[in-house]
Amino acid sequence: MASKLEPRGAGAAPSPRIRAGGGHVLLGYMWKYKALYFISLPGLFYFLLFKYVPLMGSVIAFQDFNLFTGITGSKWVGLKHFERMFSHYDFINILKNTLLLGIYDILFAFTAPIILALLLNEVRLMLYKKIIQTIMYAPHFLSWVIVSGIFVGILSPESGVLNVVLGWFGIDPIYFLGDDSYIRSVLVGSGLWRDVGWGTIIYLAALAGINPDLYEAAEIDGAGRWKQTLSITIPALLPVITILFLLKIGDFLDYGFERVFVFQNPLNIRNSEILDTYIYKAGLKQLQFSYATAIGVFKSVVGLFLLLIANTLSKKATGESLY
Amino acid sequence: MRHASVSRKIFLIANYLFLTLLGLTMFLPFMNVIAQSLSSGGAIDRGEVMFWPVEFTTHYYKYVFEDVSIWRAFAISVYITVVGTTINLAATSTLAYPLSRQEYVGRRLLLILILLTMIFSAPLIPQFILMRELHLTNTLWALMLPTAISAFNLFVLRSFFAQLPTEIIDAARIDGCGETRTLWSIVLPLSKPALATVGIFYSVTNWNKYMDALYYINDRSLYPLQVKLRELLITDDLADTGNLAFEVTSQSVQGVQMAVILVATLPIIMLYPFLQRFFISGMLIGSIKS
Repeated sequence: MASKLEPRGAGAAPSPRIRAGGGHVLLGYMWKYKALYFISLPGLFYFLLFKYVPLMGSVIAFQDFNLFTGITGSKWVGLKHFERMFSHYDFINILKNTLLLGIYDILFAFTAPIILALLLNEVRLMLYKKIIQTIMYAPHFLSWVIVSGIFVGILSPESGVLNVVLGWFGIDPIYFLGDDSYIRSVLVGSGLWRDVGWGTIIYLAALAGINPDLYEAAEIDGAGRWKQTLSITIPALLPVITILFLLKIGDFLDYGFERVFVFQNPLNIRNSEILDTYIYKAGLKQLQFSYATAIGVFKSVVGLFLLLIANTLSKKATGESLY
Repeated sequence: MRHASVSRKIFLIANYLFLTLLGLTMFLPFMNVIAQSLSSGGAIDRGEVMFWPVEFTTHYYKYVFEDVSIWRAFAISVYITVVGTTINLAATSTLAYPLSRQEYVGRRLLLILILLTMIFSAPLIPQFILMRELHLTNTLWALMLPTAISAFNLFVLRSFFAQLPTEIIDAARIDGCGETRTLWSIVLPLSKPALATVGIFYSVTNWNKYMDALYYINDRSLYPLQVKLRELLITDDLADTGNLAFEVTSQSVQGVQMAVILVATLPIIMLYPFLQRFFISGMLIGSIKS
């Protein structure tokens, strides 16, 4: 894909010739285009300062970091904070919540857009399709705070539409947000509501790229629509699905701070506390800087491992991989 | 389709029904918010308000308009959206342009280093300490500088710049344009669609910014709208929020909340027609690259 979008790739670039010509030629060449380097400085500085410096700052996970003495003046304590993390009475529960939400996210939020795209693809009335798409893409642009506000309204035990409708069937009002056992469904449900339509865009593009001749040929061979879907459509989507799946696995533990935090309250916290929200509370509320960083580092390392494992498996099974 | 079988017809009808139902699920919550924001507190509490106002009233909006803290939060959100997006576009295009030119030696390495920041994000605490060291906490810069460039948008813009014909840029250089002039008066005007796409992505992100404000802003007078809205959503008693200009009964809290939700959503709704024109193409360029 990269070569398609970048017709003058590295192979065609003059750089290999220059390197062969020796260092001073390269420097001369760079000098000739010094303005280009000059323009790029603020942007590069941004990535260095706001991305790489804090990444290096992760070393405070191995210190007893003190704001006043700084990184150089704080004592190194090895894996102390990691040990503390694993022995924390609630750690297993928080990890369980994070993993469960990650699994639900793959089971529902990852698969739903694929199915929805397939269903939308069967729609032949273009105006209808356009209206449905317009409506379904819209919630994606709302902040999680607004989404939570809308859901709090709908799910309210006294006045919420959902409870009113349940009442018609004789079901007593349910306090969805005040109950441990519903909170994960609410989190997954609100995520679906906001992003399922948005998720179809990339699949719809892939579907539009399938050669119609294939379907025609299949029809002549007597294959029904279901058969066509199984043997033409799904295989055509498979590369996209695989890549998106790998990316999803890569941030398996990154369910998202905001979307969970805005739904949290003391009544549902047992099942809604995830690593990200716990890091915020331990770090910025209780000022346990090193401890909270250790949890962050743990999260990144696990995420990286999951990505590597998934990538290797996928390379073996489907030939698709991220690198 | 003339010879469509019975099962095919059943499928199509079910499909249309299902999609229509799904569309309603996406749409009706908005109607519910609008209806509640225009209904009396009593009607809301009795669960009478579905998708149409009951006992019509506009007094929640009056409350919202009279609450200075909501206005201030609104103004701050407008500020970080306008100024922030300008910074976003300036920082992103000045980096995307050099990285799109083959004359820029080392761009491959830099692109990989930038891509890596998408995979490894720094933990929260070191970021917070950095912001504190830079004396950016409790300033509005904290909501604009750390998010000045999104790697995703950078890649979108870079792919677009890379597709521009080299001849145009070479011609500008021969005419004596410096790189800055070339970027400003040749490349950027040619890239309006891409800039619009990226600018709209950035604007929505800036408008919706909540987490950064939660992390870096303690000063209540600097709260952006999302933080203010969240504060209103979790109070049962509006007297707590310090507005004494308007008499509120506890039962109208939900009406006020819904009115503020609408005020916070309004700019997005107004942008949406433009959004829709651009986001699909932007989304596709970006995802192909990454």
